[in-house]
Amino acid sequence: MLDQAGLDRALTRIAHEIVEQAGGADLALVGIKNRGETLAERIAEKIAGIESKRPAVGALDITLYRDDLGSRAEQPRVRSTEIPFSLKGITVVLVDDVLFTGRTIRAAMDALMDLGRPRVIRLAVLVDRGHRELPIRPDYVGKNLPTSRKESVAVMLREHDGQDRVVIQEPEEGEPEPEARRAKMKDGRVPGTPTSRNEE
Amino acid sequence: MAWKRKDLVSMQDTEAAEITEVLDTAESMKEIATREIKKVPTLRGKTIVNLFYEASTRTRTSFEIAGKWLSADVINFSGSGSSAEKGESFLDTAKNIEAMSPDVVVVRHKAPGGPALLAKHLKCSVINAGDGAHEHPTQALLDLLTIRQKKGHLEGLNVTIVGDITHSRVARSDIHAMRKMGMTVTVAGPPTLIPPACQDMGVKVSHRLEEAIAHADVIMMLRLQHERMTGGFIPSLREYSRVWGLTLDRLTHCRPDVLIMHPGPVNRGVELSPEVADSQYSVILDQVTNGVAVRMAVLYLLAGSRAA
Repeated sequence: MLDQAGLDRALTRIAHEIVEQAGGADLALVGIKNRGETLAERIAEKIAGIESKRPAVGALDITLYRDDLGSRAEQPRVRSTEIPFSLKGITVVLVDDVLFTGRTIRAAMDALMDLGRPRVIRLAVLVDRGHRELPIRPDYVGKNLPTSRKESVAVMLREHDGQDRVVIQEPEEGEPEPEARRAKMKDGRVPGTPTSRNEE
Repeated sequence: MAWKRKDLVSMQDTEAAEITEVLDTAESMKEIATREIKKVPTLRGKTIVNLFYEASTRTRTSFEIAGKWLSADVINFSGSGSSAEKGESFLDTAKNIEAMSPDVVVVRHKAPGGPALLAKHLKCSVINAGDGAHEHPTQALLDLLTIRQKKGHLEGLNVTIVGDITHSRVARSDIHAMRKMGMTVTVAGPPTLIPPACQDMGVKVSHRLEEAIAHADVIMMLRLQHERMTGGFIPSLREYSRVWGLTLDRLTHCRPDVLIMHPGPVNRGVELSPEVADSQYSVILDQVTNGVAVRMAVLYLLAGSRAA
């Protein structure tokens, strides 16, 4: 759906849109772990190339804010949140790889609010695949990908997966392909229920 | 994901992968202590009962803070001044508490095996916060977290535990946990305070302090529990202190990067000289800080273990 050049162009465009909208305001990017963090770093690099200043980058783990804890077979691994700057009064752009139900973003906003009071929170995602369950809308989108609930969207980044690529995976009846199965097992959900890589 | 158990009763029954899971989770929990608002909503609506039949300030407070930072409701129930004094049995008290639907019971009891008994009979999670001279698993976990933070790894390190091994649940939990993590453990103390079965736990025994600490990466000084020193184990407190107390002078023979640990409360001037307790080698207060993170990790992991 997106190859390396397409993914890079999408991030470049998001970086330009962020700069244009933020003007000269104090800006920070906060990536949602794990792939959102990597994307935030890449967008920050691009912004540094446009403006003279590189925005601060933080990483947010939303595990402790999930709304499905205790209803899953196992507790998901807690990773650390690293936001070494004050959020007070600044513009924060949340960055994630895939926007799906919106529940991750809800958790991320709650987590940010506990850490401080930003002036504005905006949302940048590489892929919007639809199927929202909450009233959440992205401000910057790399690519809109209409999907069915059964499919899963895999965002691969070279830092994690050795290559830059976005693909839609359709699990076959009975036997999901290995990559999709891995994503689902990490997600702790049974095969057949909606999932996306951005929730791992 | 390594954690599947309902309870945390002993280090003897806990596997290396589970220990690593707790330590990794605790590492992430530490960040919450640095926030202005020290609270996350994770255990909202969960109830934790601290059921303490023996005196404790540090451990009980630490569990209480850990539970509250995770947004659980924490209730303290102390053995003294309660129904236990009116003749109710331990198990009956616990069943009564369970009838109020707690999610986790944290129990300290003077009887070894008390928490294991509760774990068997209660549907909720049970955490052992010290059972007699048996085990104190969260103390071992916080010790390991502290060592891992300071040294960067656990495997291959030499740890020397000094003092009253016989009566120490901390020593027992530490020995089990450290052996599982590939560490070498030496115990040192007067022969009357070293249990004969020590070698079966895979530790070396030394009866000379200087020899025992010379190559140690970590020295764990145990509190001399003088309330338990009624059986003629040591000639006198002063003699114990002279032979087994850690002083700056004795530290000069140690590795320059040695860590001094103590599970607290410290008897200054008995097992540790005040200069050592306050020296740059001492990580005693780091242990206390890590105690909260480790207990948050255990509460988080146990809360997931009973899901459908």
